[in-house]
Amino acid sequence: MTLRTLKGIVLKIGFWLLVAVLMVYAIFPFYYALVTSLKPSSELFQVSYWVDSVDFSNYATVLSQPTFLAAIRNSVIVAVSVVLIALLLGLTAAWALGRVRFRGRTTVMMIVLGVSMFPQVAVLSGLFEVIRTLDLYNSPGGLILSYTIFTLPFTVWILTTFMRQLPDELEEAAIVDGASPWVTLTKVFMPLLWPAMATTGLLAFIAAWNEFLFALTFTLTDSQRTVPVAIALISGGSQYELPWGPIMAASVIVTVPLVVLVVIFQRRIVSGLTAGAVKG
Amino acid sequence: MAGVKLERVNKRFGSTRVIDDVSMAIGDGEFVVFVGPSGCGKSTLLRLIAGLESITNGDLLIDEQRVNNLTPQERGIGMVFQSYALYPHMSVYQNIAFGLKLAKTDKQTVDERVRQTARILQLDGLLERLPKALSGGQRQRVAIGRAMAREPKILLFDEPLSNLDAALRVQTRNEIAGLHKRLGSTMIYVTHDQVEAMTLADRIVVLNAGHVEQIGTPQELYERPASRFVAGFIGSPRMNFIHVEARTGNDRGCRINVPGVGERDLPQQLPADAVGERLELGVRPEHLHLTPAAQGEGVEVVNVEYLGSEAYLYLQMADGELLVCRTEAPSRFERGERVTLDFDADKVHLFDGEGRALPVADAARRSDRHSEQAPT
Amino acid sequence: MATRQQAATSDVAADMTDRAFLQQQADSPRRERGTRVRRRRVRAAWLFLAPMLVVLAAVAGWPLVRTFWFSMTDASLSSLEGGQFIGLENYLVYDNGWYGIMADPMWWQSVWNTLYFTLVSVSLEAVLGVIVALVLNAHFRGRTLVRAAMLIPWAIPTVVSAKIWAWMLNDQFGIINHMLLGLGLIDAPLSWTADASLSMWAVIIVDVWKATPFVALLVLAALQMLPSDCYEAAKVDGIHPVRVFFRVTLPLIMPALLVAIIFRALDALRVFDVIYVLTSNAASTMTMSIYARQQLVEFQDVGYGSAASTLLFMIIALITVVYLYIGRRQLGGGS
Repeated sequence: MTLRTLKGIVLKIGFWLLVAVLMVYAIFPFYYALVTSLKPSSELFQVSYWVDSVDFSNYATVLSQPTFLAAIRNSVIVAVSVVLIALLLGLTAAWALGRVRFRGRTTVMMIVLGVSMFPQVAVLSGLFEVIRTLDLYNSPGGLILSYTIFTLPFTVWILTTFMRQLPDELEEAAIVDGASPWVTLTKVFMPLLWPAMATTGLLAFIAAWNEFLFALTFTLTDSQRTVPVAIALISGGSQYELPWGPIMAASVIVTVPLVVLVVIFQRRIVSGLTAGAVKG
Repeated sequence: MAGVKLERVNKRFGSTRVIDDVSMAIGDGEFVVFVGPSGCGKSTLLRLIAGLESITNGDLLIDEQRVNNLTPQERGIGMVFQSYALYPHMSVYQNIAFGLKLAKTDKQTVDERVRQTARILQLDGLLERLPKALSGGQRQRVAIGRAMAREPKILLFDEPLSNLDAALRVQTRNEIAGLHKRLGSTMIYVTHDQVEAMTLADRIVVLNAGHVEQIGTPQELYERPASRFVAGFIGSPRMNFIHVEARTGNDRGCRINVPGVGERDLPQQLPADAVGERLELGVRPEHLHLTPAAQGEGVEVVNVEYLGSEAYLYLQMADGELLVCRTEAPSRFERGERVTLDFDADKVHLFDGEGRALPVADAARRSDRHSEQAPT
Repeated sequence: MATRQQAATSDVAADMTDRAFLQQQADSPRRERGTRVRRRRVRAAWLFLAPMLVVLAAVAGWPLVRTFWFSMTDASLSSLEGGQFIGLENYLVYDNGWYGIMADPMWWQSVWNTLYFTLVSVSLEAVLGVIVALVLNAHFRGRTLVRAAMLIPWAIPTVVSAKIWAWMLNDQFGIINHMLLGLGLIDAPLSWTADASLSMWAVIIVDVWKATPFVALLVLAALQMLPSDCYEAAKVDGIHPVRVFFRVTLPLIMPALLVAIIFRALDALRVFDVIYVLTSNAASTMTMSIYARQQLVEFQDVGYGSAASTLLFMIIALITVVYLYIGRRQLGGGS
């Protein structure tokens, strides 16, 4: 009896230890970035696990740089536009793929799935040409266009999954009421799909906000860069003189909105990720 | 308001024939119920009329006009769905008004119609509520209201009561019957429940495996079923079927041998060359007569169900078949007792090998033969 | 197949209209053209699909074709149109010795690096992901909080996480070296990102940290759908929990785990950001994506870079096709 209780206690302690380790593992890097960003540059190279005195000079440095502010503005413009475009095109496509059977439907689904597996590098030179032809090189427009390559497929997939779950009779009722497909989609389905659209939009936003390769390749000047590129390209005189304080401050600035979104919408994100993947 | 005519309507899903050469005419203002076991095609037939499914071949006419290629709205139908299918994000008012607004009706007319519909269905106080805040019966009424607000020529109901509990079902059934009387519009109603069919219908269409078994008034169907299928489907408890052998037969009647009962003369016409064939005798539970039998004779009462106003007796035949007999309650017999069976010869049905009912010789001859018949 | 029969014999699923229509077209010469509703729906479906298809053609289809084409020219970044067709010379050519990508040891090094990175990091993510999922599936106070915390690495931009880890792994001032020194595990600071033998591990550490939550979430979703009765049965039978995990849990979550693994593998095969930020173009961590982009952008050699891109695309396409084939066969055999 006592042996069993002892075993139970040990197991319980072990479990909580495991939880603690996982928590530290997940959070510590971000926490450490926060700690670093709040140190004055004089203390930067002394390792410490917490902040003794809060110092915002790194933030002041970053936020006084016009290029960083421009990068934030560009990132917001790009991410929001990408979300809106992906949702609009995704919603109509999802209605077609989720609720109508027609010849070629499976082919379209396979194309969408195929595009979602594209390595971005594979289209880099061709896309570069397209963007230059459309005169979108070194502008947010080029990024908005190119980001649809990865946001649109999964938006379509997830919304199709949700669209299929809506009852058939609801659509038939709308047909009997004389609703056209467009009216059915906008007046009947869209109001019911808001949660799914929020989820998908959030995932698209995160993906667009975080994208690096296209942003690096299709922009040239500081004023047109997005946040990830701006952070990656912050540099000092040499590798050993990297301004770690401002880099960490910038990292925290661009990550905090995401972390807040994720914590608030974690349930939605989880459901969206699984809906997008289960189709596999 | 309008009549509906189906002319040799067929529906196939791939190579599966779901609706097989169905023809019928539904009169203006008639209440017709499609009934049949699940999978018989009754819902498909309704959806063909609604325009939610395409007709493979054959013609559908509404008001003498071929409507095969018209949309549901152009056909002028309203439909009540099994799951209600109310728009969850719209209030009762918006649900009812949706179709009217799409038809570009002016605002004032929409409002009048919605309020009038709500009054008829006693939804007046609920107009601003969302469907989720309504009870099952109220949702059902909203669904009906939505279907009738556009004043369609024909109202279609697809198993509208199957999601309601038993008490509410009876109540809503009565409301629908009242509504039909009040509106006088043509209604087509699908159900698998023969009680609903019997109580609501002017005429019933019994469907089986995609074809029409019989069309008729409830009374016709009950008293003169055209086939063994209809006979077994309509009526509760179910009609009893006993395998019998024909002894003699002509166009005035026949004589059959019923196991455990003996030879009986029946008014059904039987071609002489059918003598000796195996037939099936159909006897409704209320047409079985029981008399006490001595030990070792007759058949055994294996169960007695007391229902208050009446009682059902279950009898075990020699070949293992169970017969059910409806008697007054309390029953004169108890479980384990033995009884002798008999039946009213002019109330029974006779079915040939294909399950078709044999026709009854006309009434004059029938009374004729009655007097000849020797008492047993 | 089963569902088709069910729907045909039972009282109809909505989409039967459409499927039946297709079959009618196929096997009946005297066909009715379906209801107006249906025709209108199919027309609307294509209309609704058109914008998406146009955009995908513009950003994926056409660029892919052009990349193929470029891979057979000597185009350079400054004169894309000026490229001359040179056949497969970018891939392999004999001109007093073998030249072209296939003869470039750096390319083969990057192929090997990519495969090594994919294999190691995805394996680690799968194992860690299952462990995290099992923990999150247990009922304990604060579970929601822990789950939210687990999502943080996933949400942080790759570039940012690479930068944070670069700082933590910094050879002189990094906290990792500080910790390891403090624990006495190492005698001298390690230069994680510069040392050729360590840099791949640095990359893997960051990728595992960032991607494990994704695997964990998919597995967790599968865990939460498991029927509880077989666990109760196992408990009643007194089977050891570890045995239950391998005999019951693991087989049941396998489909979800495989989906997560294939998603991760496809991501890992095209890895770019984390390596670019952490170790730049160093040979020891050069992957196919890095190699292709370096040729394309930094060396301005669009033809050669496109050839590398095309090879990368083919490798991933091959893996995808194999996966789909296996997946379909499993589906077919399963039902």
